[in-house]
Amino acid sequence: MNALSLARWQFAITTVYHFIFVPITIGSGFLVAGLQTAWVRTSKEKYLRATKFFGKLFLINFAIGVVTGIVQEFQFGMNWSSYSRFVGDIFGAPLAMEGLLAFFLESTFLGLWIFGWDRLPKKVHLATIWIAATGTLLSAYFILAANAFMQHPVGYVLNQTRGRAELTNIMKVLTQNTAYSAFLHTIPSAFLTAGALFAGVAGWMIVKGRDADIARPVLKAGLITVVISFLIVGVSGDYTARIMTKQQPMKMAAAEALYDSKANAPFSIFTIGTLDGSRPVFQIGIPSMLSFMSTGNFNGVVEGVNDLQKQYTAKYGAGNYKPNIPLAYWSFRLMIGFGAIATLLAALVLWLMRKGRLPKGRWFGISMIVLPFLPILANSFGWIFTESARQPWVVFGLMKTADGVSPTVNTGSVAFTVVVFTLLYGLLAVIEFGLIRRTIKVGPEPEGMHAKAEEASTLVMAY
Amino acid sequence: MSLNSFWFVIIAVLWIGYFILEGFDFGVGILLKVVGKNQAERRVILTTLGPVWDGNEVWLLVAGGATFAAFPEWYATLFGGFYLPLFLILVSLIVRGVAFEYRSKYGKAQWRNRWDTAITISSFIPALLWGVAFANIVRGVPLKADSHGALQYAGGFFNLLNPYALVGGLTTLALFITHGAYFLALKTEGNIRIRANSIATQAGLVTAVLALIFLGWTLFDVSSKGIVIGGSIIVVVAWLAALGANLRGFEGWAFLLSSIATAAVVITLFGTLYPHVMPNLGGGAGLDIFNASSTHYTLKVMTVVAVVMTPLVLIYQGWTYWVFRKRISSHDIAHPESGVLDTIHA
Ligand code: HDD
Ligand code: HEM
Ligand code: HEM
Repeated sequence: MNALSLARWQFAITTVYHFIFVPITIGSGFLVAGLQTAWVRTSKEKYLRATKFFGKLFLINFAIGVVTGIVQEFQFGMNWSSYSRFVGDIFGAPLAMEGLLAFFLESTFLGLWIFGWDRLPKKVHLATIWIAATGTLLSAYFILAANAFMQHPVGYVLNQTRGRAELTNIMKVLTQNTAYSAFLHTIPSAFLTAGALFAGVAGWMIVKGRDADIARPVLKAGLITVVISFLIVGVSGDYTARIMTKQQPMKMAAAEALYDSKANAPFSIFTIGTLDGSRPVFQIGIPSMLSFMSTGNFNGVVEGVNDLQKQYTAKYGAGNYKPNIPLAYWSFRLMIGFGAIATLLAALVLWLMRKGRLPKGRWFGISMIVLPFLPILANSFGWIFTESARQPWVVFGLMKTADGVSPTVNTGSVAFTVVVFTLLYGLLAVIEFGLIRRTIKVGPEPEGMHAKAEEASTLVMAY
Repeated sequence: MSLNSFWFVIIAVLWIGYFILEGFDFGVGILLKVVGKNQAERRVILTTLGPVWDGNEVWLLVAGGATFAAFPEWYATLFGGFYLPLFLILVSLIVRGVAFEYRSKYGKAQWRNRWDTAITISSFIPALLWGVAFANIVRGVPLKADSHGALQYAGGFFNLLNPYALVGGLTTLALFITHGAYFLALKTEGNIRIRANSIATQAGLVTAVLALIFLGWTLFDVSSKGIVIGGSIIVVVAWLAALGANLRGFEGWAFLLSSIATAAVVITLFGTLYPHVMPNLGGGAGLDIFNASSTHYTLKVMTVVAVVMTPLVLIYQGWTYWVFRKRISSHDIAHPESGVLDTIHA
């Protein structure tokens, strides 16, 4: 492997890993804030116990989100320095804004929340978790706008003498529909993810017959969050797909393994192509569905991979403009599929819970353990699709990934850092997983505890 | 002042903030096992950092992001060039963050002991390496233009470990240890306070010697001698005053004065650098605030953001320090000998 592929692996590994924790942080920040609000408004102790219990899970997760984010901030310069020189004038701005507007807010107010239980008036303390949660939304917005520029560059000119792209209009970068659609798709996905996690934990508590006063309402709230979020995710996903078809037709063609342009194009359920990805061998599909999804018209013409390859060669010069088609095809379906399975499961359990009943049985226990992992997988495949099907471009139409890599960093150095990051991240995953399991096993603090605890042990969440 | 100079100043301010704030974090982390003789004391020590360490670290993230936005060539050459030291810093910051958050989430003494060791090591490494990195920037590194005209770092890992840079690294290490000891003495009571106070004096004297060697060497090396002399005088005066204040038990003053000295060190380094950002040791042109910078338009946009947001950040971060201004003692910790989960069930 050369330095380029190693740098790509490194980016893919560290970013996908970061994004396991990100959606959980975004979604559960708000869910914990919701629980605490319920406590402040009703003064029912069960909500306080739920806040502290789920708050602890939230913090265990947040820690890894933060430390893996630090790597993200610097690896553009470390492994992708040519890319950084080329787009820094544009791309650096949202990144710096994210730090100034969002990271300070998140970290400072979360610190206040963790350690402020007895130092702040109740309502001020409640406000700190809401502010921290809002910070995560801001953070997501700026980084997604930066990423949207890579998918669809706007608001720039090319400066030939300096060999770089230069910003002409920041508002265009921050308010293009590519950024909106990514935000509207990613945030409800985050709620779906956190909803599934909360429901899974609460469901497991029910199976073990513990703390039903907390588990029941949380289970229900989590499941409802999953179902509603999925509807929004679907709508915004459809919107995203349309924008994508216009801006990156190759990505849609790859997602559908559609090799030749077609009117009344079918939405493929299953395709086998030749190994080099140049033509299909076998296909099953829903007639005209793809034409409708990407153009809004059943008779619309959808461009195929081979025709786009010809067009791009004419426009950008000789080269291979096809992404990895099997990867695009399957990651797109796995994103939708895992989300859909999670939602069906959530809907089923909700239905079984009507009129105060509680689901029982071994299948329920197992499915509650599986449930949180489904949306996490959907998120990962969503990004793998978005990013890998943009290849060979790092900035669509402007810079190829191969040209973005750091020229001075040798293969040995990248190999070394890939290995260390992978081992370290693997170890962190084991530790975090063990800690979460243990925290769930121990469960919420017993009733009546907090009355005693209030004066003495204010630092129950702390160090 | 041109926007390029203005952004040079902003970057310097971000590093000042970072060195003052995470500087004491590092110092406290290194001293954790030296000052904290048992579990209860260690929890007290870590609780002084608890509410603030992540916010302190964001100063680094913003310094990184702001460099990317305002001086992309600097960001690219620096982080692409100082690859392995930066990698070591990143790994340390990862371990440190997780160690803070996880050490008390489980009750076993061994578990916490291991995390405490991790905190010490992962505070030590960046405290040393940031000094190495900055000394190299000031001294200059070999740069070569590539085929696209971009100035690339042309040395290897071991070029960065020259004697001057190592003295720089030891200086920041000793500085942060002292600074952290002042912070601990200011924030705690009883034995921890007494021990921190006495360590501050010892470490402070070592720092003074190292800083004199480092600044003297810098004076010898650079052309802008006035700035080094002026800066060094402020560093020395503030440092001695801090030591004096500490000896008399005025811990607040000691901490404030050592913050001023830390700021003066950063100002001196940036002052000698200006208008360069990475001088070229191989002769030839280096990176400066003009050839490394973004366009005027981008700088303008970022100026608006910085001017609006920075005061707000300072206000709410300052408020956090105000909320947690009280000294912390083992009375504030419910069951000092146990982990948080056990605490709940105790
Ligand atoms: C859609 C949301 C999203 C995406 C795509 C990313 N992040 Fe992230 N990031 C967050 C959402 C987020 C967050 C929700 O704000 C985090 C997650 C967990 C956390 O603690 O904050 C965070 C943490 C986080 C931190 C630590 C902040 C702190 O210390 O408080 C940094 C430096 C970054 N991220 C940087 C990045 C970069 C450079 C990315 C691009 C490659 C990136 N993140 C992708
Ligand atoms: C957090 C969610 C994200 C995930 C899971 C993700 C995932 C990926 C993956 C899997 C690749 C590798 C594609 C390939 O090489 O085939 C990649 C590439 C890349 N992504 Fe993302 N990405 C995310 C967000 C971002 C954001 C927000 C940015 C920029 C702001 C970004 C910038 C890049 C760059 C520069 C590359 C090129 C390097 C490469 O090809 O490996 N990504 N990403
Ligand atoms: C319900 C049907 C869905 C549709 C039609 C859909 C559509 C899409 C499309 C077209 C993209 C690519 C955007 C681009 O490359 O510009 C995408 C990306 C993504 N999807 Fe989905 N999606 C669906 C469900 C889900 C689910 C259930 C999840 C997770 C729970 C999810 C998470 C993501 C993520 C994280 C990305 C990458 C971020 C982005 O590009 O916006 N999606 N989705």
